[in-house]
Amino acid sequence: METLILAIVIGAAFGFTLDRVGATNPNLIIGMLRLSNMHLMKTILLAVAVGTLLLFGGLMLGLLNPGHLGVKDAYIGVIVGGVLLGAGFAIAGYCPGTGLTAAATGRKDALWFVLGGLVGAAAYMLTFAAVEGTGLLATIAGGKATLGTVAGTSYPALWPDVPGEWLGLALAVVLGAVAFLLPMRLRGGGGKAR
Amino acid sequence: MPLSWRTGGLLLGLVFFAAVALVKPIGVSTQFVIFDGIVWDAVQPTVVEPSTEATGGYASPNAYLNKSGGKYASNIANPWNYSFVFVLAMIGGAALSAMLRGWPTRAQRTMPELWRANYGDSPGKRYAMVFIAGVLVLYGARMAGGCTSGHMMSGTMQTAVSAFLFMAGAFGAGIPIAVLMFPKED
Repeated sequence: METLILAIVIGAAFGFTLDRVGATNPNLIIGMLRLSNMHLMKTILLAVAVGTLLLFGGLMLGLLNPGHLGVKDAYIGVIVGGVLLGAGFAIAGYCPGTGLTAAATGRKDALWFVLGGLVGAAAYMLTFAAVEGTGLLATIAGGKATLGTVAGTSYPALWPDVPGEWLGLALAVVLGAVAFLLPMRLRGGGGKAR
Repeated sequence: MPLSWRTGGLLLGLVFFAAVALVKPIGVSTQFVIFDGIVWDAVQPTVVEPSTEATGGYASPNAYLNKSGGKYASNIANPWNYSFVFVLAMIGGAALSAMLRGWPTRAQRTMPELWRANYGDSPGKRYAMVFIAGVLVLYGARMAGGCTSGHMMSGTMQTAVSAFLFMAGAFGAGIPIAVLMFPKED
């Protein structure tokens, strides 16, 4: 029961925030990917920087249960799947979370995206055995790997001698700096494209 | 008007952190599988069945639903769990936000401005392309084991190696395709 209340509170906050930062607007997503409006890129970079900083800061201070981390497996299919996702992301301006939330804000094209998504997920379900047969899903880098060693977890590290907490804090600083330094647009200045 | 990237980024970062601190990292794309499975099981009840051998208590003849000790199969049998309710609440939260700030305009509800500038007004063309994009995105997300939320946001903030592989693929394909597909800005 308690977890369901958390699901409702955190889920609603996430959906609300996605809409407020402009992530439910496919124009901003496509603008980010065509490098003409970096608003969402700066938002995402800062969000990841804040999340990373609090996460590893909290772990170092012992305020956080390392058991709550959930690192995903690394395998070549992550790159291949990322390419497929990136292609659809560019065409539609939606990803799974923003497609669902955009549909909730009344966007009809997002409903078609969600329908396509349900078909895509079903297609994966039916072809999973064949995909597995290609070896694309065989884990690399030890599987659920992090960059450095994170105390209190059993995740293998890409660089075992580097303390993962400090590496996380360093990553947060770098991502935060990029968020501030990245210009609002990288190409197509002046508003009119030739 | 969206929030400034500073305020928006700070709030979004706090939500992603709160999720890990209180429960577990945010992820969305798995729930497309769970929803499909619920529908499939309703039509064909043999898709998910109780099993004493599966760690989750349920098994499926489908290899994907049956993997990891029938984890997906058991979530299909009992959808009122954290991850599924999270996604339902996320949909509600976005609707609430739009209700309070004002819905997108009629024209925006059909297609974004950049699409209209490059491909004209036909809603059918937009819906067909977005449907295909949806197929690609969820097929890709399931192959990758996560999407923008699970890999790009939650994964990067945990310094997961998989998150960097995912971003190389997603941005490596997404940026050139968006640049080529949307040459006109207005």
